[in-house]
Amino acid sequence: MQECVDDDDGNNGNGVKTSDEDKVAADRQPLQIDISDALSEKEKVKFTVHTTTTLPHFKKRESSVVRDHEEFTWLHNVYVENKDYAGIIIPPAPPCPDFDTSREKLQQLGEGEATMTKEEFAKMKQELEAEYLAIFKKTVVAHEVFLCRLAEHPVLGMDSNLQVFLEYEQELGVRGKNVKERLGDFLRGFVKTADELLIVGVKDTDDFFEKEKNFILEYHGRVKDSANRADRMTRALKDIAEDYSYISYAFCLLATHETGSLHRFFENASEMFEKYRKLQNRVASDQDLKLSDLLKYYARDTQAAKDLLYRRTRAQLDTDGATKGLERARLRGREIQVAEALQETTFRTFETISSTARKELAEFKQRRVAAFRKNLIETAELEMKHARTSLQVLTNVLANLKER
Amino acid sequence: MEDQSSWSKGIEPPPLRSAGGSEEGDVGFADKRITATEREEEDVVGGVHGGVLDCFDDDEGADIFTSAVSPSEVKSRISPDVPSLQLGGDSSRSNGMEAQMFDTSPDDADDLFAEATEEVSLESPEMPAVRPSDKAPTITPVSNTAKSVLNPDATNTPAAADQGARKLVSFRKTSEEVEESSGDTFDLHISVTDPEKVGEGMSAYMAYKVNTKTTLAMFSQKNYSVKRRFSDFLGLHEKLTDKHAHVGLIVPPAPEKSVIGMTKVKVGKEDPSSVEFLERRRSALERYLQRTSKHPTLMQDPDFRDFLEKDELPRAVNTQAFSGAGILRMVTKAADAVNKMTIKINESDLWFEEKQQQFDCLDQQLRKLHIGIESLVGHRKELSTSSAAFAKSTAMLGSSEDNTALARALSQLAEVEERVEQLHAEQCDADLYLFGELIADYIRLLSSIKAVFDQRGKCWQRWQDSQSMLLKKREAEAKLQWVNKPDKLQQAKEEIHEWEGKVEQGESEFELISKTIRKELSRFEKNRVKDFKNIIIQYIESLINTQQQLIKYWEAFLPEAKAIA
Repeated sequence: MQECVDDDDGNNGNGVKTSDEDKVAADRQPLQIDISDALSEKEKVKFTVHTTTTLPHFKKRESSVVRDHEEFTWLHNVYVENKDYAGIIIPPAPPCPDFDTSREKLQQLGEGEATMTKEEFAKMKQELEAEYLAIFKKTVVAHEVFLCRLAEHPVLGMDSNLQVFLEYEQELGVRGKNVKERLGDFLRGFVKTADELLIVGVKDTDDFFEKEKNFILEYHGRVKDSANRADRMTRALKDIAEDYSYISYAFCLLATHETGSLHRFFENASEMFEKYRKLQNRVASDQDLKLSDLLKYYARDTQAAKDLLYRRTRAQLDTDGATKGLERARLRGREIQVAEALQETTFRTFETISSTARKELAEFKQRRVAAFRKNLIETAELEMKHARTSLQVLTNVLANLKER
Repeated sequence: MEDQSSWSKGIEPPPLRSAGGSEEGDVGFADKRITATEREEEDVVGGVHGGVLDCFDDDEGADIFTSAVSPSEVKSRISPDVPSLQLGGDSSRSNGMEAQMFDTSPDDADDLFAEATEEVSLESPEMPAVRPSDKAPTITPVSNTAKSVLNPDATNTPAAADQGARKLVSFRKTSEEVEESSGDTFDLHISVTDPEKVGEGMSAYMAYKVNTKTTLAMFSQKNYSVKRRFSDFLGLHEKLTDKHAHVGLIVPPAPEKSVIGMTKVKVGKEDPSSVEFLERRRSALERYLQRTSKHPTLMQDPDFRDFLEKDELPRAVNTQAFSGAGILRMVTKAADAVNKMTIKINESDLWFEEKQQQFDCLDQQLRKLHIGIESLVGHRKELSTSSAAFAKSTAMLGSSEDNTALARALSQLAEVEERVEQLHAEQCDADLYLFGELIADYIRLLSSIKAVFDQRGKCWQRWQDSQSMLLKKREAEAKLQWVNKPDKLQQAKEEIHEWEGKVEQGESEFELISKTIRKELSRFEKNRVKDFKNIIIQYIESLINTQQQLIKYWEAFLPEAKAIA
C-alpha cells in the first residue's frame, strides 16, 4: 500500500493535506500521521498507522501501530465525550468499511462459475477485484483523513488519548459496544434529536450564531440530499457500463457466426463497446470519488458542526437555568453560593464554547470552500479527460469501420 | 439417373425441366449441373446453373434475380407489351437492356416454356383475375438476364452455355449497377406521421397519416396522404402474407398489437410512457411500410398500392383479436405448431438446413443483444432522471451557500448537469430507436423467414403426399389388371394420370419455392449486412456526438470552478 493513498496532486480532496510535498514542510507540522499499510482479513480491516512527530510528550519520534476500525470509532467517541472540546467541531468518524456488496458479488460469481466460460469468469473476477480494491482504497483514505485532521488541530492534536492511539503498541482493548451500550446510544440519539429540535426552536440572542444555525441546518439537509442523488447518478452510470459489457459480449457472439465483412464489423464493434465500457466505469468511479464522496464527507462534517451548535445551545440553556436557579436562591436566601458557583461555571463554559465555536465555524467555511473548489475542478478535468479519451476511441473505431 | 432424383429433392433444376425434356438435353444438363453444384461457391465459369446458383449465394450479385425465375414470369416477359409496365423512373437504361434480351431468342423461349405455362396456371389458381398485373410486377430489368442466359442453354451446347455464362458475368456488373441505382430510386418514399386520436373512450383509435411521394408510373399521382389506423396495417400484412408467403416470399412482419399500450392511449393518459409507445409504434409502422416498399415483388402488389392510395379502406375486421377470423388464426397457429414438428424434409440440399440453423443461431443471438439494449435504455433513462434530480439538489445547495463564488459555481454545476441530463435523454432515444428497434425488427423478420421455411416444408409435404397417392393409385391399377374390370381400370388409369400431374405440380412448386427462398434469402442477407453496418455506424456517431457535447459543457464549467475563492 503506498504511503499516501491520494489522487493526482496529493491531497485527500477533503481539505486536508497529507502529501509528500507537504511532508517536506514536515518540521512545521509537529505531528504527521499517515496510514502506511492496510490489511483486509475476513471481516476486518487492519490499518498500520505511522506517526512522525517532533512533539516532546511523545515517547518516540516515529512509531507504527496496527489499528482496526473499532479503535478509530473509540477514539472519535473519546473526543466527542470530552467536555473540554465542546466548542470544537470534532472531525467526523470514518465510515465503517463496507464490503458487503463486493462480497455478495463474489459469492454470486462463485456460484455461477460453472455456467460461465473461462474468459468470462476471469474477466468478472478481475472486475470484482478492481472494485474491491477501489472500496479498500477509499476506506483507507477516509481513516487517514480523520487522523490527519485531528493531528492538525492545535487543541485536538494534543490530546493524550490520541497519543495513546498512535503510540501504544498493544491492542487498545476497546471492545465494540455491547448491546446495553448500544441501546443506550440509541436512546441518547433520540434525546439528542429532541434536543436538536429544541435548538431549532430557540432563537439565539447572538446574531452571528443565529445566522450560522439557520445556515448549517439548511445546508446540512441539502448537502445530504445532494450526496444521495449523486450516488444514484453514479450507480446508473455503473449500470450502463455493465450493459455495455453485455452488449459487447453479444456482439462477440454474433461475430463468431458471421463470415465476411460483417464478422470483422461485429468484432470491432464488440471491442469498441468493451473499451467504451471501461471508460464509462472510470467516469463513474471518478464521479463517485470527487463528487459523491465530497458531498458525503461534508454532510458528515456539517453534522459535526450541528453537534457543536447543539452543545453551545445546551450550554446556553444550562447557563440560563443556572441563572434562574441563582435568582431563586437569592430570593429564598439560601444556597446562594452554590448557585452562584454553578452559574459562573456554566456561564464560563458557555463563553468558551461560543468563542471557540466562532473560530471553528469560520474555519469550517474555509475548509468547505477549499474542498469544493478542488473537487469541482478535478471533476470537470476528469470528465473532460475521459470524454476526450472516449471520443478518441469512438472516432478511431468509426474511421476503421467506415473504410471497410 | 441418380442425379436427377436428387434434383427433385431440392436442388433447383432449371425451369426448363418439363415433362418432355430431351434425353440429350438432360444428359448435357446433368454434366453441367454436377459441376455447378460442385463449384457452387466459385465464381461463375461454365455451368450456367452454377452461375445462377452463384448469384444466389453471393452478396453482391444477390439481387440480380430478384423475382423468381419461374416459367410463368419468363413467359410473360416475352410478351412485348409487358416492358411498358415495368418500373418507371430510372428504367430507360434497363429498358434498353430488356429490349436486348428479348431479341436474343424469343422463339426458343416460347417453345420451351409452353408446357411450363400450363403448370403455372395450376399453381396459382387464386390469381387468375389478377394475372396480367401480377406477372408484370415481378419483372425487374435485371431479371431478364436470367432468361436471356437460360435461353442459350436451351440449345444445349457448351459453347452457348459458356457464352451465356459469360454474358451473365459481364451482365452481373452492369446489372449490379442498375440494381443499385434502381434500388435507390425505386422512388417510393413513404412516411408515417401525425398520430391523431379519433373518437373517445374504449372505441377510440389512433389514425396515422401515411404520406407517399413517388414518381413511379404505376401510381396515378405523385403525392398521396391518407389516414390509416393500426388495424389497416395489420390487414395489409394479412393480405400480403396470404398471397405471397406460400411461394416463399419473405413478407415483412407488421408491428405487434399491444393491448396495454393502446388502452393507456385510449383512456387518454398523456404520460411519457404512452407518448413513447405512440412514437415507437409510429416509427415501427413507418419502417414496416418502407421495408415492404423495398421488396420488388410486394411493392407492386395492388393491395399495397391501394393501401397507399385509397382514401377509404374497408375495415380489416379480421385483424381484431377476438373476431372469428382472429380465433381461426389462433387455432391454425396452434395446429401449425404441432405440424411443424413432424415435417422434416429429407433434404439433399444442405443449403437449406444450414441456412435454417444459421438463422436459428442468429435469432438467439439477436435476442440476447436486444435484451442488452433494452437494459441499456432503461439504465440510461435512470441516469437521465437522476442527473436531473442531482442538478436540482445542487442548485438548492448553491442557493444555501453563502460564499458567492462557490454558490455561483454550484449553480453552474447544476446547469451543466441539467444539460448532461438532456444529452443522456437524447442518447437514450438513439439507443432505443436506432439500435433497439432495428434488432427487434430483425428478430421479427427472422420469424417471417421461419414461416417461409415452413411453407417450403408444407410444399414438400404436399408433394410427398401426392407421390404416395400416386403410388397407391398405381398399386390399385396393378391389382385391377388382374381382376379384369375394364371400366374400373379406365378410371384407375385416369386417376393415375391425374396424380402424375399432381406430383409434377408438387415438384415444380417445391422447386419454385426453393428457388424463391434462395433469392429472398440472399436479398435478405444483403440488406441485413447493410442495415447492421449502417446502424452501428450511426450509433457510434451518436455516441461521439454525446462525448463532444460533454467536453463542451465541462470546459465551460471549469473556469467557474477555478474562480472559487
